[in-house]
Amino acid sequence: MAEVFLKLEGIKKSFGGVRALKGVDLEIRKGEVHCLAGENGCGKSTLIKVISGAHDPDEGNIFIEGKKVENLKPIDSIRMGIQVIYQDFAVFPNLTVAENIAMNRALMTGAKKMDWKEARKLAIEAMEMIGAKMDPDILVERLSVANKQMVAICRAIINDAKFLILDEPTTALTAKEVEKLFKIIRKLKEKGIAIMIVNHKLDEIYEICDKLTVLRNGEYVSNGDITEYDRARFIRDLTGRDIEEIKYSPEEDENEILRVEHLTRVGAFEDVSFTLKKGDVLGITGLLGSGRGELGDALFGLAPAQSGKIILNGKEIQIHSIQDAMNNKIAYVPEDRLTQGLFLERSILDNTMAASIKNYFKKGKLDYKAMEIATDDWIKTIGVATPSAKPAIRTLSGGNQQKVAIAKWLNTSPDLLVLNGPTVGVDIGSKSDIHAILHRLAKGGVGIIVISDDLSELVQNCNKMIVMRNGKVAEVIDNTVDETTLADMLSGKQGG
Amino acid sequence: MKNKSIKDVLTSTEMINVYIIVALSMVIGSINSNFLSVATVITLSRAIMVTMIFALGEMLVIVSGGIDVSFPAVACAALFVPIKLMVDNGINNVWFAFGLAIIIGLVFGALNATLTAVVKLPPLIATLGVSSLINGGMLAFFGSKEISNLPKAVDAISQKFLFTYTAPTGATYSLTVLFLIPVILCIGVALMLKYTMLGRGIYAIGGDQNAARIAGFNVVRIKYFVYMFAGAITGLGAMCYCILCRTANPKNLMGSEMMVIAAIVVGGTRISGGHGKVIGTVLGVVLVGLIQNNLIMAGVPAYWQKFVVGLVIVLGTSITSLKAKKIAQSAKV
Repeated sequence: MAEVFLKLEGIKKSFGGVRALKGVDLEIRKGEVHCLAGENGCGKSTLIKVISGAHDPDEGNIFIEGKKVENLKPIDSIRMGIQVIYQDFAVFPNLTVAENIAMNRALMTGAKKMDWKEARKLAIEAMEMIGAKMDPDILVERLSVANKQMVAICRAIINDAKFLILDEPTTALTAKEVEKLFKIIRKLKEKGIAIMIVNHKLDEIYEICDKLTVLRNGEYVSNGDITEYDRARFIRDLTGRDIEEIKYSPEEDENEILRVEHLTRVGAFEDVSFTLKKGDVLGITGLLGSGRGELGDALFGLAPAQSGKIILNGKEIQIHSIQDAMNNKIAYVPEDRLTQGLFLERSILDNTMAASIKNYFKKGKLDYKAMEIATDDWIKTIGVATPSAKPAIRTLSGGNQQKVAIAKWLNTSPDLLVLNGPTVGVDIGSKSDIHAILHRLAKGGVGIIVISDDLSELVQNCNKMIVMRNGKVAEVIDNTVDETTLADMLSGKQGG
Repeated sequence: MKNKSIKDVLTSTEMINVYIIVALSMVIGSINSNFLSVATVITLSRAIMVTMIFALGEMLVIVSGGIDVSFPAVACAALFVPIKLMVDNGINNVWFAFGLAIIIGLVFGALNATLTAVVKLPPLIATLGVSSLINGGMLAFFGSKEISNLPKAVDAISQKFLFTYTAPTGATYSLTVLFLIPVILCIGVALMLKYTMLGRGIYAIGGDQNAARIAGFNVVRIKYFVYMFAGAITGLGAMCYCILCRTANPKNLMGSEMMVIAAIVVGGTRISGGHGKVIGTVLGVVLVGLIQNNLIMAGVPAYWQKFVVGLVIVLGTSITSLKAKKIAQSAKV
């Protein structure tokens, strides 16, 4: 077995009485890909900060390459070869690729001058090492998310990294980009670099990781070879409960809720037709740029369709603006809840009421009592983990944030709910809660459309799916399809 | 940069400024043949040099992600206090005048930096507060009376010239020796921004402050440098202004912040931070200066000038903003 690079023993850390880590053990060997799995709020980020020297643990020991280290500071951790790639990559959008890559090295060596030639050389070397191809002189703001990540990885490895921590590296990537990232990770692994990936997407963990450590509520739950975990055990360890993975199959119902005919928006999608019956959860999927997101935007009037018919509950409706959509009781949970769906600094109550506040005006005044009652109801109904309706959204985990984003629209009692990427960055427990809510709504007669590229989510939760390719409906299928076939359909390898 | 296409260069903000400056000059020149002359270059250089100095400091602040609206007030204090002290106490030393002006700039720069980097006030609020503080203080202590007889040694600088040009008409036009100050500052700041880690750090914190902190930049120290440097050269520029006017006025410069910030933004500096070059700022200042000082030669009534300046600001900043939007929406590579 390879040498141990990092060993943690009984790490404990509290913040003002809240125990974030309650005694965590971890062992990382050189050349292994280790997954740190856990639901949101389990202490993963705190643990990373302890390893990177940003937080001092209250108790416990840290050993790096066999030596006990005390009072670890961020710069020490970097000097010992530990590099963290954060979820937002922490790159500079206004600087060139070369400068971004070379910057940390220059800072580490305490250089006073900026050597542009050297920076360019370092950048090209680093890119060659991981097989990335980018123009070193281009500004990072013009790069795709995947390439920004490449820049962050390049920057990490030129500093003689021995241990690379990737915090949820695949959240914003398409399937193809994930593949490329994994290729790079395997390359780094061959060079003997230890890698820890924070992730909770099961399929990806099985694909790339050798070892697994599971945390729950700040506690160490289990660790071992990935082969020791089957899906059921994994989910049980993660969530502390058994979550059944059964496909959603509603009873047949002939009542039509939504009929879309020949919907077209030039440059986005064309001639899209489908129907949604009572009880249906309709999935819309496709690669990035296939028009799946644009279709959702059109139904909500964000970027309206130019021609075609939309018939909701037997009545033809015109949607030219968001106002039209809302007047027709259509609700939309957008893709990026952080920038589009929520007011991060405001309370749960404010957010829950945001789309329906006009219903609470009584004689020119806001009826706060009614708003509180309604919010408390939603918190219970959809299971937001919070002591009250007062905390700011920012303080909630991703799963709880998304539940509030959904509650905001449910409070408008919509007839049609369109969700774009409803469980991106949401942990398994909350994910299954959200799915249960959707199923319940569908059975109650609300039309549900889920736009997603999370294939396992689609197969499990939608009884009907539309695959889009190049702006057109390529396939209409039911949920008897398996994920691999569906993936092939997305890229056009299968079907017509 | 090596891989920049010709199209990128031709549509850069700098080049757009050049086009506008050339077009404007041709229009004014075609209406008034006296315009295209050495004399115009000299008067324009003299007219914009103080704005240029202020703009350099302000640009650094904006690139670092902040804004400083206190510099006109700082400038008022930095030119009036030394002159007042010198006149009252019979000090007659030009180094004292410049030295004290710079120190006053540094002190208020440090105050701005403390409020924004340590107390973490939004820079607009912090510098607005400081501006009001200085303004009120100046009024309380010195009133609004100007000093029109400067100490001899200081006043003498106004008669030192780099060269004098005699026009065919016989009129003479002289370029003040003080013009060297903005020239040296421009070169110095440009080199500092491009070739030192400090300069790159200013861009870095303007691009993403958190990323800069994680990368190991001392964000607080860089902010102190930026605000104090801006303060120092504001003091320097203020004393130049005082000498050029040959009078120390405690409030004349108040209200000049919008024009300076406009010139910077027209020159391609993004108000949101992280982007900006010295060359762009020079062009922006020249453009705004040209409009302010020479439109009258094209027969534009004086009261329309403010309107035209406003128009150029709106158009100039719109181009920058639209370009930023285009980049944000364009296909990513």
